[in-house]
Amino acid sequence: MAARSVSFDADAHFMETGVESPLDEDRVHDSFTQLIHEQSRDLSHTETMEMNSFDLEEETRDDFPSLSCADSCAGVPEEAELTDPLVETCWSTATLRVLSSMPSRTIGRSRGAILSQYYNRTMQMCRRRQSRPSIRSFSRSARPSICGYRVETDAANFDREENKRERLVNNLQNLSENDRVRMLRAIPLSLHEKRELRLSALRKPGRSFSRNEIPCCSQLKYYIIIAFRHSWYSWLSFLSSLQLWQTALKRVSGRFGTGVLSYFVFLRTLLFFNVFLLLVLCLFLVVPQAVRPPSLSASPHLYGLELLTGAGYFADSVMYYGYYSNYTLTKACNGARNQTSCGFHLSYNMPLAYFFTIGAAFFITCIILVYSMSKSFGQSFRIDRSKGLLAMKVFCSWDFKVTKKSSVRLQRENISIQLKELVAEVNRKEVKSSLLQRLSAFSIQLLAWTICVGSTAGCAYAIYCFSEYMHKDLQIRVRSSSNTKESLLLKEASLLALPVAVSSINLLLPGFFNTVAWMEEYDSPSKRNYVAIFRNLMLKVSLLGVLCYHWLGRVALEPKSVGLECWESFVGQELYRFLLMDFIFTSLDTFFGEFLWRLFSQRVLKKERKPVFDIARNVLELIYGQTIAWLGLLFTPLLPVVQVIKLLFLFYMKKTSLMRNCQAPRKPWRASQMTTFFITLLCFPSFLGAAVCVTYTMWTIKPSASCGPFQGLNTMFQAGKKWVEQLAKDNPRLTWLTWAHTYLVENPFFLFLAAGIFLIVIYFHSQVVDGQRKIIELLQEQIENEGEDKKFLITRLQTIHEQKRPFSPRRVRGASQLGLSRGNMWTI
Amino acid sequence: MGNKQTIFTAQQLDAYQDCTYFTRKEILRLFHRYRDLAPQLVPLDYTNQPDVRLPYELIGSMPELKDNPFRQRIAEVFSEDGEGNMTLDDFLDMFSVLSEMAPRDLKAYYAFKIYDFNNDDFICKSDLEKTLNKLTRNELTEDEVRMVCEKVMDEADLDNDGRLSLEDFQHMIVRAPDFLSTFHIRI
Repeated sequence: MAARSVSFDADAHFMETGVESPLDEDRVHDSFTQLIHEQSRDLSHTETMEMNSFDLEEETRDDFPSLSCADSCAGVPEEAELTDPLVETCWSTATLRVLSSMPSRTIGRSRGAILSQYYNRTMQMCRRRQSRPSIRSFSRSARPSICGYRVETDAANFDREENKRERLVNNLQNLSENDRVRMLRAIPLSLHEKRELRLSALRKPGRSFSRNEIPCCSQLKYYIIIAFRHSWYSWLSFLSSLQLWQTALKRVSGRFGTGVLSYFVFLRTLLFFNVFLLLVLCLFLVVPQAVRPPSLSASPHLYGLELLTGAGYFADSVMYYGYYSNYTLTKACNGARNQTSCGFHLSYNMPLAYFFTIGAAFFITCIILVYSMSKSFGQSFRIDRSKGLLAMKVFCSWDFKVTKKSSVRLQRENISIQLKELVAEVNRKEVKSSLLQRLSAFSIQLLAWTICVGSTAGCAYAIYCFSEYMHKDLQIRVRSSSNTKESLLLKEASLLALPVAVSSINLLLPGFFNTVAWMEEYDSPSKRNYVAIFRNLMLKVSLLGVLCYHWLGRVALEPKSVGLECWESFVGQELYRFLLMDFIFTSLDTFFGEFLWRLFSQRVLKKERKPVFDIARNVLELIYGQTIAWLGLLFTPLLPVVQVIKLLFLFYMKKTSLMRNCQAPRKPWRASQMTTFFITLLCFPSFLGAAVCVTYTMWTIKPSASCGPFQGLNTMFQAGKKWVEQLAKDNPRLTWLTWAHTYLVENPFFLFLAAGIFLIVIYFHSQVVDGQRKIIELLQEQIENEGEDKKFLITRLQTIHEQKRPFSPRRVRGASQLGLSRGNMWTI
Repeated sequence: MGNKQTIFTAQQLDAYQDCTYFTRKEILRLFHRYRDLAPQLVPLDYTNQPDVRLPYELIGSMPELKDNPFRQRIAEVFSEDGEGNMTLDDFLDMFSVLSEMAPRDLKAYYAFKIYDFNNDDFICKSDLEKTLNKLTRNELTEDEVRMVCEKVMDEADLDNDGRLSLEDFQHMIVRAPDFLSTFHIRI
């Protein structure tokens, strides 16, 4: 009723419209400034005495709310203490109408707003492809906004929805195919409307493909483009049908959530890496060599332990380094061993191919790893870490993938517990624990760390001594040179001792670390996770370091003492054994750790608690296995095959065991941060370590003199140098290549320079990030100020409206209720 | 690769591929999932675009949604009539937005609409309380619910108007790295 008594000047928009539905917004969508003008105009036009007399009182009334605000605010030291508003203000209907037409309110649901927003975005995309016209030449309504999010509020150019749609369709037509599809998919309209937009965009004559068309060949090009699109879509369909293990992953995520799923996704990623390596190596190394087998004196002895040791029958096969020839393979040209000229022949320079294939495989793996690491990092990096945890927990923690009822219930419990903890943490006053407590906590942590570091160092030293012992033992066995079957069998079996020792340490020690960590107290569960991962990582890194020293520093330097013709093949076999033992021990661990433990706890202890799947430990096992696979690439080109088979088995075994024996983890697991962390671990200690070892081998160690593709050279690296020199000799124009090789590739100064420049670039980028952090803080302050401004203006508007209703009882009440309290100012 | 299916015309399939994040095969698979909910209602021939709308009860009984506390809101947000009764277009749209490849902005927009229970384009305190109740059922006490709502408002409300607008929500989502992986349904 009060609404009718308010008369607005001239604007039919503000008549009896019910503004419940935002579809009516085209009637009320008007600029804010114009409205203020109207209000002040109305105010000045009024004739009633009461209004004039109230002018004086308006001042006091205006002061009154501020006074009341001051009163209520006086006793409060900081803003954060103001909780619920003391008062709930009722705004007049006129004010409500004004509020509902504010630009920020209309962004959400109205189609007009969405269409405008996407019109702006498409405008930007179109603009990017053309030469940039001057911005002044565009009418105001078409000028793109800076962030593309603002709705046009130009009162002069009142856009109806159809106009906006027309212009959006026009823009869509001018975009290229990919851009149009991308834009269409991202528009938050219903699918029905999107299809209509697309249809209109495609239907308009003469504009269905790119602009640089020659009209005469347009028909043919059109068909070619259509055919290309169809084949591209079928290729995508084929790729997506190749999505390995899609249903299995869905079942795992449905029952266990995103945390456990990340382990299996990581496994799948590693599988793809290894398949890629497999393809590259098979294509360029194994197949050419297998087609042209060298004439080696093969002595195949079958011991029955071949599959485990990788030696014996396999020792002289295409699996190992020793099989590969050091000359250029030619097509059957009366079986010549060296390069002959017999007309047209296919020649394949084996040493060069070996060198470059391994190098290229590592290089491409490095690029893929760094790319996926940076992508994952970009998704999970948060500039300001402290604020917003609770809000994120409420809105982003419910995992929509979980479908099993019991898991849903568990998730609900988990979230409730985490919310309670967070609220308690935020509320809790800083309890300064006494010095004694802090000291005791610190000393316990120190003790735990000492135990862990000490045991790691102890195990590393033990492996060092054991490897030396096995080395001597092998020397003795070789020197005894008894050729009985038993002694040979024993010799083969003794090769398995070192892998068994290392794998059992890898299995048992992390469990020991977990037990030690029980007595410690940590502030947050994620810190506990990180500490456990770090300790495990330290163990694995030190073990691998000792082993690398053993192989590259002991075996490679004096191969003859252990009776080795070909130390590279021996190292390859060792790595094969390590990989296999790792797999066997993981299966044993799954069997004992999960299956038997569940049986034990159910039958004997009579508890319903199933074991929890330890994500961190399993992922570190995967990374360890992958490091070994990368280390062995140089010595055993077929090692990716073993790794692929191992990963396939591992997937099914872990999944089966998980489904039967384990329960979902109770602690929170920040999946995307952890995934980033694991990919970083895969890149930095793991891949980098393997690459450094391989580079060191190629650069420094003398290859065997009588086997392999690099026999006779001083280092493997010289193969490349020889080829460059050969090229320069054959073709005098290429002497610069030798020069480039000597000064750029072999000279470490160039590498230092490149690394230095790289570091400087990284430093600059980190400074940019810091600057952006500061800008974000400033912008947040500004938004708060704008919010305060808005509140102020709206209350002023309300007072103006109040004055226009001279005898409204609400005004009397409203004046006393106008509090500028923070929090819910209006409930609409 | 050939035109062996007779459910959609080629243009319809192209349109669906351009407007959702699904490939051809996935669209057909989704169609069959849709049809399996009510084989007698959904015809096998969609070339003349029949107007078939499955009631909310059927949609809410899908295994992917059955135990999700927000299933009703999800169905309401994506359905044309706002009641949860979905056509095939709505069905595809829903799973496209909830798929892996949808970008963060699009997901944030729809997540905002899902959590906005009273459809007023703002997440006010009552919306927040309803969200919390759906998340935690009976695990939190009244007091705790109230405290959590206050703290969330404090943290996320940037312009201090007492409720979260779409910008506030998007600003918070940008800082949450897990959002893309949790706001995702595999189908």
